[in-house]
Amino acid sequence: MRFERREHRSLTLVIATPILAIIAALALSGILIAIAGAPVLEAYWRILKGAYGSRLSTTETLTRATPLMLTGLAAAVAFRARLWNIGAEGQLYIGAIAVAAASSHLLGGLPASIQIPALLVIGALAGMVLLLIPLWLRLRFSVDEVVTTLLLNFVAVLFVSMLIDTVLKDPTAFGWPQSQSVADAAMLPKLLSRSRLHLGLAIAVVLAFLLHVIQSRTVFGMQSHAAGLNPAGAVFAGVPLGRTLVIVACMSGGLAGLAGAVEVMGVKGYVTTDLSPGYGYSGIVVAMLANLNPLGVVLAALFTATMFVGADGMSRAMGIPSYIADVTVALSLLTMLVALFFTQYRIRR
Amino acid sequence: MSAAVLEIQHVSKRFGDNLANDDISLSLQKGEIVALLGENGAGKTTLMSILFGHYMPDSGRVVIDGQELPPGKPRAAIRAGIGMVHQHFSLAPNLTVLDNVTTGTESLWSFRARKGEARQKLLSISERFGLKVDPDARLGDLSVGEQQRVEILKALYNDARILVLDEPTAVLTQIEAQKLFSILKDMAAQGLSLIFISHKLDEVMNAADRIVVLRGGRQVAERKAAETSKTELAELMVGRTVTRPQREASTPGEIVLESAGITVRENGVDTLKAVDFRLRAGEVLGIIGVSGNGQTVLAQLLSGTRARTSGDLLLFGKPIDTLSVADAVFAGIGRIPEDRNKDGAIGEMAIWENAILERLPAFSRHGLVDRKSGMAYAQKIIDQFDVRGGTPSSRIRLLSGGNMQKLILGRNLINRPRILIAAQPARGLDEGAVAAVHERILEARRQGTAVLLISEDLDEVMALADRIQAIVGGRLSPPIPAEEASAQKLGLMMAGEWAQEFSHAV
Amino acid sequence: MSAIADIIASAGLWAAVLRIATPLILGTLGALLCERAGVLNLGIEGIMTFGAMIGWLSVYNGADLWTGLMIAALAGGLFGGLHALLTVTLGLSQHVSGLGVTLFASSFSYYVFRLLVPVAGTPPTITPFQPIAIPGLSNLPFLGPAFFSQTPPTYLAIALALLLAYMLFRTPLGLAIRMTGENPHAAEAQGINPMAIRYGAVMTGSALMGMAGAFLTLSAFNSFFPTMVQGRGWICIALVVFASWRPGRALIGALLFALFDGFQLRLQTALGGIVPYQLFLMIPYILSIAALAVMARRARVPQALMQPYRRGER
Repeated sequence: MRFERREHRSLTLVIATPILAIIAALALSGILIAIAGAPVLEAYWRILKGAYGSRLSTTETLTRATPLMLTGLAAAVAFRARLWNIGAEGQLYIGAIAVAAASSHLLGGLPASIQIPALLVIGALAGMVLLLIPLWLRLRFSVDEVVTTLLLNFVAVLFVSMLIDTVLKDPTAFGWPQSQSVADAAMLPKLLSRSRLHLGLAIAVVLAFLLHVIQSRTVFGMQSHAAGLNPAGAVFAGVPLGRTLVIVACMSGGLAGLAGAVEVMGVKGYVTTDLSPGYGYSGIVVAMLANLNPLGVVLAALFTATMFVGADGMSRAMGIPSYIADVTVALSLLTMLVALFFTQYRIRR
Repeated sequence: MSAAVLEIQHVSKRFGDNLANDDISLSLQKGEIVALLGENGAGKTTLMSILFGHYMPDSGRVVIDGQELPPGKPRAAIRAGIGMVHQHFSLAPNLTVLDNVTTGTESLWSFRARKGEARQKLLSISERFGLKVDPDARLGDLSVGEQQRVEILKALYNDARILVLDEPTAVLTQIEAQKLFSILKDMAAQGLSLIFISHKLDEVMNAADRIVVLRGGRQVAERKAAETSKTELAELMVGRTVTRPQREASTPGEIVLESAGITVRENGVDTLKAVDFRLRAGEVLGIIGVSGNGQTVLAQLLSGTRARTSGDLLLFGKPIDTLSVADAVFAGIGRIPEDRNKDGAIGEMAIWENAILERLPAFSRHGLVDRKSGMAYAQKIIDQFDVRGGTPSSRIRLLSGGNMQKLILGRNLINRPRILIAAQPARGLDEGAVAAVHERILEARRQGTAVLLISEDLDEVMALADRIQAIVGGRLSPPIPAEEASAQKLGLMMAGEWAQEFSHAV
Repeated sequence: MSAIADIIASAGLWAAVLRIATPLILGTLGALLCERAGVLNLGIEGIMTFGAMIGWLSVYNGADLWTGLMIAALAGGLFGGLHALLTVTLGLSQHVSGLGVTLFASSFSYYVFRLLVPVAGTPPTITPFQPIAIPGLSNLPFLGPAFFSQTPPTYLAIALALLLAYMLFRTPLGLAIRMTGENPHAAEAQGINPMAIRYGAVMTGSALMGMAGAFLTLSAFNSFFPTMVQGRGWICIALVVFASWRPGRALIGALLFALFDGFQLRLQTALGGIVPYQLFLMIPYILSIAALAVMARRARVPQALMQPYRRGER
């Protein structure tokens, strides 16, 4: 048996790939649900109902999808230029704590129309800075950024933990390690009343469209793509490799930082060390499921959020650990990888 | 006639739509040297890969000493006494010579490697055939010629009786090549049988007893070396009489590019040493040399992808500080990279994107790429330069080597560059494509473009260049006019033998 | 300052160093073996998590400790097989595949654990490996309690480091593995099957990772809880670079690392309240990054690392 490169990829194949991957992942998780002794189809039905069964659950799913879109975009942008940013989790936390600090100590008095944009920028900048460190290590010392970004996730969370234990500690939180809250004027407006759904969703979707345009239409998009596909060829064609990577890192880190900012300003209002249930890591899955396409990220984030929100309800009703959602999401990354492979190769005997 | 040690019988192999080998049969006697002659893509390497078990043939078989070799099993081929010397060495630079040679020679499950015995055996073989190397040297520290010796020793260490060499002289100087062939003849005299793959008529005539010619996957002829001529072989190999274009006399114009004492230092090593040349409008200056002597660095320097350490670079008479890619492109320097797949193209991007990537500022407004004019530009190149096998929107990876090269030439020449830096422009192309590329280069010269032709191919340089300089160890010889160049003289120059002869000129 | 001197002079520190080092030694050896054959295995973090869970779960359900350790190794090997399937057979990106394996293995661990172990106020425990005093040596003053009163897996880890070093540099199999990591085409030209070597190395290496995880629940602690691996896997990946892909240096690197960590833990107690404890906890990660920065350019990386091998394709 050998594999042969496909010469042409049809559009149908490109669209069908993630759908097939998700079906395969659901089938595999189904085995685990069955082993646990629960009816598989009913479990999936309950997941769907848990995610979209009511107005509340639907808005909850969309709220949950918001940070996933942003971390998904962060990964997609970086991976397209072969910058392996696995540090979105840490960048998210740094973005979040920067926003909390800025609002509670510096900008809290400003009106919402000024404070909100300022805080969003601050969150993004904080995320950028955290990614520029490993990028600098790569460009200067040839250190693989995968490991450094992974390690920095732990440093970032510890850093946040330290701040909310000390200088940023909320004295009114009964001793819980929790940051001071952002000012009321810093909270993002709701998209729907009587829900948690906030402006962050609109920001994420708009950014996805913007990124799509940047990647497919602009000089920078073409150059960063070339740099990712063939660095030597890009250099020969005059693409400034270092500068391109720095810009990509700013975009990627900024998006991840923004995810943290939006989560604080839209949902929580303050920072704890369980702000993110692994949004940064799930973002990698989201990006891969979307085949690094920014518009696809929006849909892939919805799928992931559906699993997470739906599984909570299903878990309570059927006694299946809600970790089944994490398993399914992780499996969909693996099945997507395999599916992507078969869009590029066909089997010869 | 004694029984053949090796017989290839009716071997066929298809890759997709391409019939790489079509019913090929070949035999080899003990002590004989057979040359497998053919152009790139004639099926030589495929045939040898089948012989060595890298590929499974679709039909046909390989027989050694009367016994059929199980197909697709390199281990069986090694055990039967076949040794392969690849064109791209199959060696690990980080391991020692001894490690490279002994990999896979002992049972993987034995608890101790018998290094002492292995060293003894290696030394005795290298003694016997005059292939001297230090067993404990790190392979990456050896010269290319020495690495090839290791590659040959590896085969002999496995008790090979049949040695297959794939384009063995591709990386050697003429002198090294002569030495290699005398070693090979000595091996044959000692009872080994050899097959070597080549597309060079000279060496085939000199070294082989018998010549098998392949073309387009088919076996077109078999001749005894004593009973054929270069002309006949050339026709058999190409299948038609392709004449490569020759330059006509012309008068060069003013100096457009000048290098004065340029040195490039990397990690403490001078890869270019005080390089001097002057390039005039309307002439082709040929830089000839065996690969690895600094021509890559020279090409990168002039293409804007590498900085110099010292020395002056004058472009149109004006000294320039640093030359970036954008500077070069928009100053009218066309650039043909030596490795078109690695440097010249982004395989997964479309032809139109590859066509405009190096001049994006000309195809964009406010940072937005003008896709429409980019597509039109690509179409114009495709039409004018006869690029076949793709439309502007298909991925460039799908083009054949010749067509990709035509596209790369086209994206440069369509803008009428004042200077063309052409590094190995015809490397790896078949005769038809070589002729087309050469014609384009001469056409540019007629129109007044100054061409710097960096090449390893003597015939190419002698056909195209007005003046020739050799590059050896990062140094450039003084130029000689093409009229004074002979293969022999250039061979000496490529070996660095110009110091005395030209000392008056320096 | 005398506080620091006291810490260094205490046999307890050095005993802790070996204990902290053990999972790092095993994990680093595992990652090193994979990389020597040319495969980066970022599945390590998840495989360690799964090893910790399954080893503990086996013992909790009545298996003896050694059986638990072996089951963890076996499970690690199976996850290694998954990684090899993706990266060797299919030749997919080793980065992304490895992360996928990590995400899958860790979430799968939590799922199985939650499913089979009911939620309780205090986590259920097992009786872990007990220290074994090596007769004679353990009676030495200072050295005895410091180095010769460890649990059996620690001795095993040190023995495995020496064994792996011998295997890689003194046996034909080791040469075949190194050649596969440097140039799989050359290995194949010498009749070695690079695919088989890579599968073997990745599965064996992953088995070591599984054992590394199991050490946490069967020796260092006595219970399993999510996120207990705490990035140790990533630290191992950094240690491989620091060790220049040599098992002996990996052993030294892991010990050095554990020394800092053990020192940090004690300093934390000594300086508790003055300096936030999080600063100390950051040290291992920052140290790893520093080690990478120092060594990345110097080390001789296996030339075929992260390059998929496909027959007939160059």
